[in-house]
Amino acid sequence: MAEPSPASQTPHHTIDVPYLARLARLEVTPEEVEIFGGQLGRILDHVEQMNKLDISGIEPTAHAITVFDVIREDVVEESLPKATMLGNAPHNANGLFVVPKVLD
Amino acid sequence: MKGQPTQSASRILEGYIAPYDATVIERLREAGAIPFGRMNMDEFAMGSSTENSSFYPTHNPWDLNRIPGGSSGGSAAAVSSGTALATLGSDTGGSIRQPAALCGCVGLKPTYGRVSRYGLIAFASSLDQIGPLTSTVEDSGLILNAMAGHDPRDSTSLELPDEDFTAEIGRDLKGLRIGIPKEYFVDGMEPGVRSAVDAAIKQIVSLGAEPVEISLPHTEYAVAVYYIIATAEASANLARFDGVRYGRRSKEAKDLLSLYQKTRAEGFGREVKRRIILGTYVLSSGYYDAYYLRAQKVRTLIRRDFEQAFSKVDAIISPTSPETAFRLGEKTDDPLKMYLADIFTIATNLAGICGLSLPCGFSTRDGVELPVGLQLLGRPFGESRLLRIAHAYEQSTEWHKRHPLLA
Repeated sequence: MAEPSPASQTPHHTIDVPYLARLARLEVTPEEVEIFGGQLGRILDHVEQMNKLDISGIEPTAHAITVFDVIREDVVEESLPKATMLGNAPHNANGLFVVPKVLD
Repeated sequence: MKGQPTQSASRILEGYIAPYDATVIERLREAGAIPFGRMNMDEFAMGSSTENSSFYPTHNPWDLNRIPGGSSGGSAAAVSSGTALATLGSDTGGSIRQPAALCGCVGLKPTYGRVSRYGLIAFASSLDQIGPLTSTVEDSGLILNAMAGHDPRDSTSLELPDEDFTAEIGRDLKGLRIGIPKEYFVDGMEPGVRSAVDAAIKQIVSLGAEPVEISLPHTEYAVAVYYIIATAEASANLARFDGVRYGRRSKEAKDLLSLYQKTRAEGFGREVKRRIILGTYVLSSGYYDAYYLRAQKVRTLIRRDFEQAFSKVDAIISPTSPETAFRLGEKTDDPLKMYLADIFTIATNLAGICGLSLPCGFSTRDGVELPVGLQLLGRPFGESRLLRIAHAYEQSTEWHKRHPLLA
């Protein structure tokens, strides 16, 4: 088992946490930027070991058990009741989900 | 479970009521089971200790100062303490087997495609699989009998002939070859785990199985590959939690963008945020080939390791976890250390094969006797054979009759 470097050690990898958080629609605090930056940098240092392997000519695996073209009969079925689905929404009105105004 | 609060132990799903039964629940009901209660877990199944639950941590019934493992820590603790006859968990990188090992019960991860995931809140869709946690091996087979089979609502669940997974139970082990992977027996393992697993191998050999040393040469890469693929898939799956259609919504939102950002900031815990950021990174432009695509290629190598091994053996044997239950709070500051504790279970999911953990003794850690788990891995769709081996071992020992003395 490869022992990780100590948590206190500065990682070789840097990661732009505020940029990635923006892409992921996630607000992060300055404290989180610092903590995640160090922890994720260390995880990327560990991941680096994959580069030792020669992967030329190797096909990627997306699913372990590959199945293609799964089709079924196109049967009309009852959908879940609208009221049930809207009942889980934090805000709904007139049978619709309500969100803050998008366009001025 | 229809009509019941369903949260994946996350604040972001506060107030969410499941509008329908998952296929596994539907099938268990049809088989006469009475589902009751929902179990604690690491938030969205991300963790190995159940400390990432947004509710509270679950404690190990064998020592209340310790973690029950994770992510299905509540499910394992419930079976181990006698609260339920059987529970369900989902296993993405060991989340059924590792808590089963640390709480001293049986946990079965079926082959990918064996059980419908319809109604399961998705973490990493190419790795997730639902399975049972039970007191005995036979019970796991019975629960799998009720749950398995193709479901038109999950296109990754496969059309396979009907099978009674308990059919081989009771047969002896003569003529079966058991692979011992040298990469799973390395330095750094807790000594009591090592000796319990060594004794279990001797026992299985004495029951007629033939031991064969094998190699799974890409084992050391499994954690790296897993934390790229699983976080990439998670970052996509968790995009649906945006405060619009269900669950919690931030009251601080000023516009649609801040509604997304603040809802997710308030709703997700640290580990989930960490993994969303890592998954976003490995999928982002300029890094995709170096991380995600490379990881998928190394995943092919890991899968081939198992294919080659299973051309020589019927099952692979190893410890489930390199250590017994650790103390609450022991690893919460060091996610990489927590991740590396999953070294023996993670490759199973990358390869899509089936695996099981069952009790094989006790190890004394800090003066406390704690359960040790034995892991058996089987060929894709080889659950019946796996359950036969596990049952033969179980019935030749007394471990499954030991229960924690809850004061």
